[in-house]
Amino acid sequence: MANIVCIVCPKGCRLTVDEKTFEVTGNNCPRGAAYGKTELTFPTRVLTSTVKIENGEISRCPVRTNGAIPKGKMFEVMSALRKVTLVSPVKIGDVVIPNVCDTGIDVIATRNI
Amino acid sequence: MRDVIVIGGGPAGLAAAISARDNGAKSVLVIERDTCVGGILNQCIHNGFGLHRFKEELSGPEYASRFAGNLENIEVLTDTMVLEVTTDRVVRAVSREQGYMELKAKAIVLAMGCRERTRGAISIPGDRPAGVYTAGAAQRYLNIEGYMVGKNAVILGSGDIGLIMARRMTLEGAKVHACVELMPYSGGLTRNIVQCLNDFDIPLYLSHTITRIHGKNRVEGVTIAKVGPDRKPIAGTEFDIECDTVLLSVGLIPENELTRGAGIPIDRRTNGAYVYENMETLSEGIFACGNVVHVHDLVDYVSAESERAGAAAAKYALGEKASGKVITVENGEGVSYTVPQYIRPDNCDKKADLFFRVRNVYSNKCITVKNGEKTVASFKREHLAPGEMEHIIIPVSLMGDAEKLTVSVEEAE
Repeated sequence: MANIVCIVCPKGCRLTVDEKTFEVTGNNCPRGAAYGKTELTFPTRVLTSTVKIENGEISRCPVRTNGAIPKGKMFEVMSALRKVTLVSPVKIGDVVIPNVCDTGIDVIATRNI
Repeated sequence: MRDVIVIGGGPAGLAAAISARDNGAKSVLVIERDTCVGGILNQCIHNGFGLHRFKEELSGPEYASRFAGNLENIEVLTDTMVLEVTTDRVVRAVSREQGYMELKAKAIVLAMGCRERTRGAISIPGDRPAGVYTAGAAQRYLNIEGYMVGKNAVILGSGDIGLIMARRMTLEGAKVHACVELMPYSGGLTRNIVQCLNDFDIPLYLSHTITRIHGKNRVEGVTIAKVGPDRKPIAGTEFDIECDTVLLSVGLIPENELTRGAGIPIDRRTNGAYVYENMETLSEGIFACGNVVHVHDLVDYVSAESERAGAAAAKYALGEKASGKVITVENGEGVSYTVPQYIRPDNCDKKADLFFRVRNVYSNKCITVKNGEKTVASFKREHLAPGEMEHIIIPVSLMGDAEKLTVSVEEAE
């Protein structure tokens, strides 16, 4: 049995996951059950960071992955973001890097600049 | 004369202004000292905002834009500093463009937010080298200005901003050596311990503190010691960590200079104004909401609270005053404060929301609301922690003839 804390929402439910059947208890919602299983089999995270932006009122544009990426790929995605320079105007939701590091997930802008 | 003036254009101020407009206020003005609205959300680039409200995981700037994009018929003055608010509802402010101005309002909403406690507030001995930042200042440098504050960091305090910055610094290539917390439990949300510290193998030292900061021009290291139950360092337990940066995440203080200046009574438990069920302060027609009233964990709750304040301010501006009997809400055993501190049952829509924090980490307890010796409501909780704000709803029908209600943590039956 693995005891983990659910990070899907700020509630932070304490989950118990069976390491063989991946049955989850202690969750208050279906997303917690899904998280418990994924965390033990294939942990993923949403990554947020900033990229350089030119001609804007500020010099960094906040971005995030538009979905969860494999936990082990976080630093690889960070390296990819370092190579990006955007030019204002940028709108919330604009794709900054499509299919980042072959994860099938896009990196999107999260501020209008 | 405007119907409603809102002071502060962060999440609380924006939600209050929108709600005031939607509830019939004709002229609403938001005054913001920064160059744009959104407040601290603009530098909170991490995700997780809006889960309750929008059922989506947004970043701070995205959450702010949902409100900033809904300001039709609301006047916004940015780059404007409010100098004074009076109880007869005059606002004195100054800006580079318009100079000094004196504005009148039928109702005022105070939404100035909070600021961080600094090194001075916790008196860490040692030299005064460069490299000691509050976590929020470092967050602004990194996320908005684009400056890295250091390469080897130690974080004092386990508040959410400190935890978020531990992850942020690590992702940007710094080494975060430790997160040091005075209390035997974390001050932040458990999910942040997991995804910001555990994910990156950053050790969390509970019941420890920094006893000295070393370095002359730049931070060169810190001495850490274990603390006893009295929170005093234990001699002989010290160890040193080499680092060039110390981030402080040691609590937030509601920014109430304007409130105090107006002579509005402040609750020592929250460091914010005393409020009624509709977020009205003890000064009629002046309302307060968000972190200026009490420090929240989640912006979703700030928005909800501020909408109540905005609606009440509109109602007041339109001539409808709250009245009736007043029930005092007190914090009993295990509870450090409640918001609101006063409830006027006649002014509630069948129920009153009550927010509070507990004093310690508890499991399988009961939150009880008592009228004298009589329990009027009780709520089971599997887990309670000071870092997580609690919320209960008390139906007006249960308040009966109470003059005082006491909220406490008790053994579950």
